Amino acid sequence: MTRATLHALLSHWWRSPLQLFTLLAGLALATALWSGVQAVNAEARASYRAASTTLGEGSYDRLARRDGQPIDLTTYVALRRAGWLVSPVITGRMNDVRIIGVEPLTAPGSMGVAEMAQGADIAGFIAGQGQLFGSADVAARLPDFDVIISENAAPNTAVTDIAVAQRILGRPDEIDSLVVAPVQPIRQDDLAQVAPDLIRQRAQQTTDTAQLTDSFHLNLTAFGLLSFAVGIFIVNGAIGLAFEQRRPVIRTLRALGVPLRRLMLLMAAELMIFAVIAGALGVLLGYMIAALLLPDVAATLRGLYGADVSGTLQLRPSWWASGLAIALGGTAVAATGALWKLAKMPLLAAAQKRALAMAAGRRAAAQAMIATLLLTVCVILCVTAQGLIAGFALLACLLIGAALALPFILDRALAFASRGARSVVTQWFWADTRQQLPGLSLALMALLLAMAANVGVSTMVSSFRTTFTGFLEQRLTSELYVDTADPAQATAFVAYATPLVDAVLPIMFSQTTIADQPTEIYGTRDHATYRDNWQMLSAAPDLWDTTFAGETILLNEQLARRGGLSVGDYVTVQGREMAIAGIYGDYGNPIGQAIIAEALFKEMYPEITPDRFGLRIAPERVPDFIAVLSAQTDISAAQTINQAGIKALSLAIFERTFTVTTALNILTLAVAGFAILMSLLTLAAMRVPQLAPAWAMGMTRAQLGRLELLRAVLLAMLTAVVALPLGLALAWALLSVVNVAAFGWKLPMYLFPMDYARLGVFALLAAALAALWPARRLARTPPADLLKVFSNER
Amino acid sequence: MLTVENIHKTYATADGPFAVLRGISLGLSAGETLALTGESGSGKSTLLHIIGGLDTADQGRVLLDDTDIAALDDDGRAAIRRGSIGVVFQQFNLIPSLKIVDNIAFQARLAGRYDPAWAATLAERMGLTSQLNKYPEQLSGGQQQRVAIARTLAPKPRLVLADEPTGNLDEETAAIVMDLILELIRETQAGLLMVTHSQALAARMQRRVHLRAGQIA
Repeated sequence: MTRATLHALLSHWWRSPLQLFTLLAGLALATALWSGVQAVNAEARASYRAASTTLGEGSYDRLARRDGQPIDLTTYVALRRAGWLVSPVITGRMNDVRIIGVEPLTAPGSMGVAEMAQGADIAGFIAGQGQLFGSADVAARLPDFDVIISENAAPNTAVTDIAVAQRILGRPDEIDSLVVAPVQPIRQDDLAQVAPDLIRQRAQQTTDTAQLTDSFHLNLTAFGLLSFAVGIFIVNGAIGLAFEQRRPVIRTLRALGVPLRRLMLLMAAELMIFAVIAGALGVLLGYMIAALLLPDVAATLRGLYGADVSGTLQLRPSWWASGLAIALGGTAVAATGALWKLAKMPLLAAAQKRALAMAAGRRAAAQAMIATLLLTVCVILCVTAQGLIAGFALLACLLIGAALALPFILDRALAFASRGARSVVTQWFWADTRQQLPGLSLALMALLLAMAANVGVSTMVSSFRTTFTGFLEQRLTSELYVDTADPAQATAFVAYATPLVDAVLPIMFSQTTIADQPTEIYGTRDHATYRDNWQMLSAAPDLWDTTFAGETILLNEQLARRGGLSVGDYVTVQGREMAIAGIYGDYGNPIGQAIIAEALFKEMYPEITPDRFGLRIAPERVPDFIAVLSAQTDISAAQTINQAGIKALSLAIFERTFTVTTALNILTLAVAGFAILMSLLTLAAMRVPQLAPAWAMGMTRAQLGRLELLRAVLLAMLTAVVALPLGLALAWALLSVVNVAAFGWKLPMYLFPMDYARLGVFALLAAALAALWPARRLARTPPADLLKVFSNER
Repeated sequence: MLTVENIHKTYATADGPFAVLRGISLGLSAGETLALTGESGSGKSTLLHIIGGLDTADQGRVLLDDTDIAALDDDGRAAIRRGSIGVVFQQFNLIPSLKIVDNIAFQARLAGRYDPAWAATLAERMGLTSQLNKYPEQLSGGQQQRVAIARTLAPKPRLVLADEPTGNLDEETAAIVMDLILELIRETQAGLLMVTHSQALAARMQRRVHLRAGQIA
């Protein structure tokens, strides 16, 4: 019995390959969209985790020669003898591979030598037997060397013992820099005495970039969630249609004696087999999508970390698992409803092909109720949501609620439009369009979510970009930043630079606690740089006058939020009560920050002298000034930071982010367009009995085809009208709830009407393209097929 | 072979409960043919569906040999449908994705009683030999109904139920189809219970029961 039933069930697909294709394609695309985004995320994370664990780049202070020349061995030995816990490093390139030589016994633990050497002959490595650790890619590029493949290795990088690296690179006894261990002995000789030609380069201040990276990943994760929602609707639509088309056959099978339970089990098994096949195809497709996107992501991360990040992709087992889990889970969710309907379907109900429309009335009422409930929860969460889980719950309620409300909204809109219909064709068009809604609603929901995701994510990313550009202008106003080695050098530098530049602005700060929150407090000089450029989120009148007079304090948004503080409140700093005069945006900073006047800071922290300075100088004079500074003082070019470079880097990151999100936007829209195509194609057979009477009464097939096309575009247009406010609500939730929960700061939201208009045009084009083929097929339906509708023997 | 005792069935409608069957009792022996006639809404099809295990009665018993069909659960009724009862539907209800040869064999395969020689004989007697590799949509209505009859008889059921089996066919084709059904019923010694509006068809049955307002008139 099982074999015969399975044969009957599977024969349906054999005879209807287009339906099988749409089902598999729907499942595969949904999986691909999800796994593609996840793959980009996972690969990017894996890449820079490997980079950071392997190299520990930027996480340790380093000693290097002022003139950039190699450090000699005697200086290293002298430092060790003087109590400095330092470890030598040499770097170079060979066959486009970055060779890093470290001294394994003295290298700080988290530089990752041990992690890389897991399972390998660490003794051989320590003994300097010529082993290198690197990825498989690196091993292929260095065929003449004993490369031990390590999964933890950074891309394009080989790590080896310093002696081996010196030999390979042909630089015996040379050291490029000395890594300073984070914990140093209490007593050690002063660096200036032991090694006067060395300067200490501070560890990279990575908090800003780390936060930006996290924001970047949050964007992608949010997009992953949205794409998953789009995918689920597509899967649901594909499976719902597959069940609907086989409803008469299922009734026949049951009437002939196939038990309901067996039938449901077989259909579930059949779907799961399809889910596995489509899931596997989806993972591969997602892999290809990710491979296309990853070079941009890699470039972004290279910009962020300054380290090589692989631009290629590995097909990780976890993706297979998660991709297949999504395909099977999505199918199970979608099939549960369909199987439930199958179980409840009366055996004797007339086997009618448009049962979908009949049942839709009851379903629509239930859907509208659930939508109302979800949107009510959404409104409550808008006011109360705190934390990332509540933020994502808000997003889920908003998206699912809006999607479920769509058929009702469209039905009402069409009913309203039909009132103005005068001609009989127009009346029929509106009535027929309303009748089509149930069959197309899932595809339209997918389109709604895709468009809302586009609007939402574009608004979020563009708002990020606008805000950060302004923020960078505000924070990096000085054209040049100079880092001095010690107070003596700082004093000499100020004396030297003051007459040559427009202003020398000291940057000095201390750690303190304000409103029970750990805070960095800065002493700031009264200068137009701050008064003219700093934008406040909320401010008291004359805030700069009162702050530079030492009467008030300015706080960053994070501190204000965590401390529950607002302008006009009082805080205690070093025992002094101060009123808050302003709260400023401080994007990318994880901790609290406060600003007081320079004089007051010196009074509170007399032991702190500034060692960093911002210089106001005409931008075109910066390169010459650096050259003269290096030549005439003991400050090297390595101690200066050109602001333009930092800004360009930061903006480049956003451009890359843009590229990735734009690609994903287009992809999601294309998938939604495909969902419409699938729905129209699968509904095409059901359309013939509905259109045949109109044809018989005098409408031409071409006319019917044109109206089909118009219908698809009209429905897409109405969906776009709903998608715009939904997308904006989505962007608001991401910027004002999720971002605050994740990072503690809120991003202002900007609107980009031209982007939305362009998206609307794309959506209409996608719908028109999707409808073109089914409409053309309809226009060419042979009259014999239309006549069969009126035949008893049909 | 078949004993129907005091069957009652009531449907809920918008205007309140509607009693479609009110205490129907009848019997049928092996090889016997019985026509069930009556006006539209008299309960003929409902009674046929209850006997066939496609629907359930509110009250009463349907005994096929010693098995009370009305007392069986869904799995039990499905087993009776595929093993002991064959139903010929007015709408044919063939499986459109299976070839004619597979459609004929389908119910016998479900019942685990597929006999290729008997299936071939049925196909030949029904004049379907040249159509075996076609799909249902490629056949005329009369041919499709003949496939449905062959499918029903392939597992050699004890009881054949036919719901207006010629209702969709022209007079000439209907006569041919009916001849075939009766001929094969005689050979297999199955019982035949046929719902029909046609007085001519009813006259060809051995017995006739007329229903009026849910009761035997």
